[in-house]
Parts: sequence; C-alpha cells; structure tokens
Amino acid sequence: MDFAALHARLAARFGDKLVAVSAEALNPWIVVAPEAIVEVAAAAKDDAAFAFDNLMNLSAVDYPKENPPRIEIVYHLFSYQLRHTLVLKVHVPREQPVVPTVEGVWPAANWHEREVFDLFGVTFTGHSDLRRILLPDDWQGHPLRKDWVDPDFYNGLHVKPPTQMAERVAAGEPLGVGPFDQTPTNRHVE
Amino acid sequence: MSEITGLIHNRFDSDNVIFTTTDQVINWGRKNSLWFMTFGLACCAIEMMATGASRYDTDRFGVIPRGTPRQSDLMIVAGTVTLKMATRIKRLYEQMAEPKYVISMGSCANNGGPYWRCGYHVLKGVDEVIPVDIYVPGCPPRPEALLEGIMKLQEKIQRDKVLRRKGETVGSLAGATLDGTKDGGR
Repeated sequence: MDFAALHARLAARFGDKLVAVSAEALNPWIVVAPEAIVEVAAAAKDDAAFAFDNLMNLSAVDYPKENPPRIEIVYHLFSYQLRHTLVLKVHVPREQPVVPTVEGVWPAANWHEREVFDLFGVTFTGHSDLRRILLPDDWQGHPLRKDWVDPDFYNGLHVKPPTQMAERVAAGEPLGVGPFDQTPTNRHVE
Repeated sequence: MSEITGLIHNRFDSDNVIFTTTDQVINWGRKNSLWFMTFGLACCAIEMMATGASRYDTDRFGVIPRGTPRQSDLMIVAGTVTLKMATRIKRLYEQMAEPKYVISMGSCANNGGPYWRCGYHVLKGVDEVIPVDIYVPGCPPRPEALLEGIMKLQEKIQRDKVLRRKGETVGSLAGATLDGTKDGGR
C-alpha cells in the first residue's frame, strides 16, 4: 500500500486525530494528536490492510525554536507482511512532554521509550518500567535537548575537557585530536 | 635427555651456580607472565582480541587473557570509558592483586579521543580514575602497537626495584585515589 492509500485509510477512521501530514518527505509522515497515538498505533498493527507488525524505531527530536517550542516523538513502522512503511509523529510541548506509551502495542517500545525518557525527558504515561536506560541512575538532566550544557563534573570526574586544554584549543592550537582538529569550536570553548 | 638448548638450558657439563640480583629474578618472573584482564569496552577490544589470537600471539610473551581481576596482573583498558563505567573500572582495578599494571589502549582511554570536546558521557582519560603505566596511541591501535606497549611495559618492569624500602617502583600504585594522589605508600 502506498502512502496516499495508507493516509486515506487512517483518515477515514481517525480523521480529526490526524493533525498534519506530509507526503513529499523522503519518509512521508503523519502527525497524530498525543491522546490518540495508542489507538492509531493499535489500528496500524491490527488492521489487516496495515499490518504494521514491526516498530522499527522510536525516537524524538527537540525543536526549541518552534512556536510553541515542542518535542516530536517519531515512530517508524514497517510491515514484514505487506512490505510497506509509515512514519507517525506526535508533537508535545517542550515544558511538559507527556505522551501515552505504545508498549502495549509493540513490546519493543519499552526500551525505546526508556531511551527517549533518558535523553529527552519525555514522560510516557502507562509505561511499565520508566527509568534511565543508558545514563547512570543518578544523572541530572537530559543531554539530547538542545539547551543542554555539560556540567563541570559528574561525581568528581571531568565531563568537560580540563580548562587549560580547552583554552589552548580556543587559542587555535591543534591539540592532538587528529582528524577532529577541524571541527568547529564547540559550546565548551565558545 | 632433552635436545632443547636455551639461554642456560643444556649448556653446562656439570652442576653450576649462577649469580644475579633478586630484583632481576623477581622482575624477570613478573614480566614474563603478564596475565591481562580483558577490559574491552569498544572497537579497541577487537584489536586486543586480534593481539591475543594466533596471528600476533601474545602468549609468546607469556601474556594471556583472563576473565577476572583476581587472576590478572595487567589491565588493558581497550575502548571508550564512559562516566558510568569509570567507577566500575576503579572497582575492578582494586580487586586485582599486587603487583598490577595498566595499559591504556587507544585514544578514548588515553584522553577521551573523538569525545574529547563534545562527549557529555565520556571520561577524559582513564588515568583520572586509575594509574596508567603505558599509553598506546591509535584509533584503534594496530596489534603491533599494543605489542609494542606490552614490550615497553616489560622493559619498565625489568627496571623495577622491588626490594628497596622506598624508591621508584612500577605497578605499586594501589591506593590511587580520585583526588589524584597517586602515592602507593610503599
């Protein structure tokens, strides 16, 4: 099934719940209202014409400069049976990002949602085990947010390079980082 | 009777006495049975495995991998040390028996490598938590480079003064702390 047909069939069932759509994107996507994502996901999996039996990826993107600032949760779906793909998105406000879990539809979402929680601070309501998956349990903050600033120390260990070296890099000295010498000056030294 | 002829093996017509220093004998024994703990954390671990396997064969030097700190003399930190792993490395280092040595393998373990500027989760050099004897540069280092590092460590061990009450010693840096005082107190 191509994207137009997928969208038409979804729109027939959830017309007012589909907020936006882009058929031109490389991976055409549909934006779903946050409160409807679970039923849309369940329909995408259970409807024999969709048969999205595989949640390929669940990730998030931070858009702090949008109005209003938002975080997008992105669901990449694939059907092994029918060999088609679909991208669903959910927009949530940046200040209070809350979205229902789709763990009940695809169990694989469990770890993906924990990762998004870990790195973006998005709360997935109804999740069975929502705690950090990559970073240490006592970590503060969510590093993949655009406004993340590295702390100086984590439990007494340097998170930034030692200031002395950072200053030498800022002064233009290529300091033994090989091919990475050419990277633009980063937030630590600006 | 064996036909093998070694450095002193099967070379004399009668019983003999050999003079040497105790330091020499102890260091000779230590440097030729470096059992290393396989601390493979990232892609450097692949090169470390290649170094231990038959083509490069660290067993020529008496260097063989062990899976536990309790049986290890040498820790080869091969790969990216995350902040989460740093405390585990320190604990495993402390579980090793004296004398113990550390080789920091690859750019990440040396100073953070490609994560040096922007890695919010990467330790900027494993020497921040444990004392390092040899740094092997490379991203990742080839097996030859790691072998060179092992041989440098052997040279370093051979120079060690084990019996002196105080003095410069290698691998006696236990008790190194997070605040940077690396005095073994020996």
